[in-house]
Amino acid sequence: MRQMTFAGGVHPPDQKQATAHKPIEDCPLPAEYVVPMAQHIGAPANPCVAVGDRVLKGQVIGEARGFVSVPVHAPTSGEVTAVEARPHPAGSSLPAVVIRADDEDRWQERPAVEDLAALEAEDIIDLIRRAGVVGLGGATFPAHVKLSPPPEKPIDTVILNGVECEPYLTADHRLMLEEADRLLEGVAVLQKIFASCRVVIGIEENKPDAIELLNQRCSGRDVEVVPLPVKYPQGAEKQLIKAITGREVPSGGLPMDIGVVVQNVGTTAAIADAVLRGTPLIERVCTVTGAAVREPKNLRIRIGMPVAHLVEACGGIDEDPGKIILGGPMMGIAQVDLAIPATRGTSGVLLLREQDLPLRQEGPCIRCARCVQGCPANLLPTTIAAYGRLDRMEEAEDYRALDCIECGCCSFSCPAAIPLVQTIRYAKAAIMARKRSG
Amino acid sequence: MLTAIFSLGGIGLVAAVALGLAAKRFAVEVDPRELAILEALPGANCGACGYPGCAGYAKALVAGEIDANQCPPGGAAAAAKVANILGVEVAIREPEVAVVLCQGDNETASNRYRYLGLTDCVAAQKLAGGPKVCPGGCLGLGTCARICPFDAIEMTPKGLAVISREKCTGCRKCISVCPRQVIRMAPLKTSVHVLCNSHDKGALVRKYCQVGCISCHICEKTVPEAYVIEQLLARVDYDNAGNAGAAVDKCPTHCIRDFVAGYPPGSSYPPAVVPVKSDAA
Repeated sequence: MRQMTFAGGVHPPDQKQATAHKPIEDCPLPAEYVVPMAQHIGAPANPCVAVGDRVLKGQVIGEARGFVSVPVHAPTSGEVTAVEARPHPAGSSLPAVVIRADDEDRWQERPAVEDLAALEAEDIIDLIRRAGVVGLGGATFPAHVKLSPPPEKPIDTVILNGVECEPYLTADHRLMLEEADRLLEGVAVLQKIFASCRVVIGIEENKPDAIELLNQRCSGRDVEVVPLPVKYPQGAEKQLIKAITGREVPSGGLPMDIGVVVQNVGTTAAIADAVLRGTPLIERVCTVTGAAVREPKNLRIRIGMPVAHLVEACGGIDEDPGKIILGGPMMGIAQVDLAIPATRGTSGVLLLREQDLPLRQEGPCIRCARCVQGCPANLLPTTIAAYGRLDRMEEAEDYRALDCIECGCCSFSCPAAIPLVQTIRYAKAAIMARKRSG
Repeated sequence: MLTAIFSLGGIGLVAAVALGLAAKRFAVEVDPRELAILEALPGANCGACGYPGCAGYAKALVAGEIDANQCPPGGAAAAAKVANILGVEVAIREPEVAVVLCQGDNETASNRYRYLGLTDCVAAQKLAGGPKVCPGGCLGLGTCARICPFDAIEMTPKGLAVISREKCTGCRKCISVCPRQVIRMAPLKTSVHVLCNSHDKGALVRKYCQVGCISCHICEKTVPEAYVIEQLLARVDYDNAGNAGAAVDKCPTHCIRDFVAGYPPGSSYPPAVVPVKSDAA
């Protein structure tokens, strides 16, 4: 059979062996939580509690602003000690609600669960929105927006993303192995929303145990499990759609334009919690790993836990890490220190040792075209970056800078260590700013 | 032979007549004053006047949209010539130069992280606010030096932008691109500046920079009329800067500098001379 894949891509060492076999552990609860209001793509939530307020676990502490926005919930019960700007993984200080835990960890009253069969699609989507479910693969796009395509865009395929192509990360892998029940409940909810759709779970071939387990569990459920070749970025939305359906998302378009909805497996499990148990998204699975951590683990964390606390739960660090990354090594964001909270998008905490870092000075482009071969979006990264560097943004836009998915294949494959992704991101930001100003 | 001469000559004649007629028919009328003004301007097309290039400025001058003293690179000399051409009076503006209010290079100021990305201050500033701990200090990646139309900014080997008082024409292009607002305009006649842009408390400044202002007020006590302390940062009051030089040696962190005594360490520029340039030139 022809292997299903996409053009381009690279093969970074996968480094998953440290945590792939380790069951998910509950992270011990810290004394203080910092819950940022900006944890999703779209307008940040509005804090709706004041200093001194008592909050219960699951209570809304930030209200959604607009359609592309979701509420934020308290990760535990306790007292609000501050509502102020705090360091955020995105780099600057952003508004956050600080909660001192009362150690009771008491739930607020959760709504009575109705029978799934009795719910309408709109009600289900509203439950998902109110539970604050966002894409847990890392991009944190609000799930309810993806699930509400306009009527002129019929959906025929739902893809569950269990690829986890980022090196080091094993959170989705463990979730598929240990919580297949929750995942399949979520699948049932999605099947209710998109009746008579083809449902596919895409998994990379480096997780044979997950493929086998889900194959067994999915028999008789109208769900296909599709093994995919190991290649980065197999889990990127557009590349995954291309590999499974052969369809291409048009330039500037969305998956719903070609009748596809993609949800990460963690998101699907969170959807099941939201709809069937009335539980908001305050937990996720996160892989804490890298050579600088004493005991790499897969942790079930609460949103707002300090990253330093997660590292402590994994035995701490021996020496000052040379590099801290939230997320995977290819697309994660490097951090200045550990004094930041985990957010809904924190799929991993990666601590690398100084001696393992491939630090090289940038050299001149030698026109080897490895970035072009590696680009899964069929772009010319070196050309776009060269225009970006010269501030010639019109040309950069002509070369489709905005179609870049920032996967990092070009920077990874560049033998001259040119910061291609950073330059293209810079160009994209400049192009978007120019478009906004008209 | 003859055929060739006549046919080519004929084509030449027809083309010459056609071109001559077209030149008359489609002639663009230009105000001769506009051309004269264009001659008088420096021709750097820097945009400091707010128009796209010198030609745009010349057009605006002839149309009477703008005063004749809006060309900082041209200075008083160009303004006088322009005023002469247009037959108007013009108030001569005090010549200004841009100054980098920082001397914390890679040795004297500390970094929060190692930056290996794009050599551009604007791009670096987007990564957690830039590598420098100091929130106002020069990032040293040379965005200003690359945009300067007069080659008046150099980057020292230790990563600090230094602006030559001799070469700077006051066009403000560097100010428009600097993501940290560390470049300011100052009158050319003053060569003494407080080279710090951090509003943090002294104890904090000492932690990340050896040459930062710690707002100890010693300069203000030495020459009260020449220094102002605002939000924990000293600056020279350029209107009363006559004796400002007296505080240079008193500053405990040496963040006040007289450019006549020399530019910041690492700069290749020779010490400034006063007066800098003759306006009659």
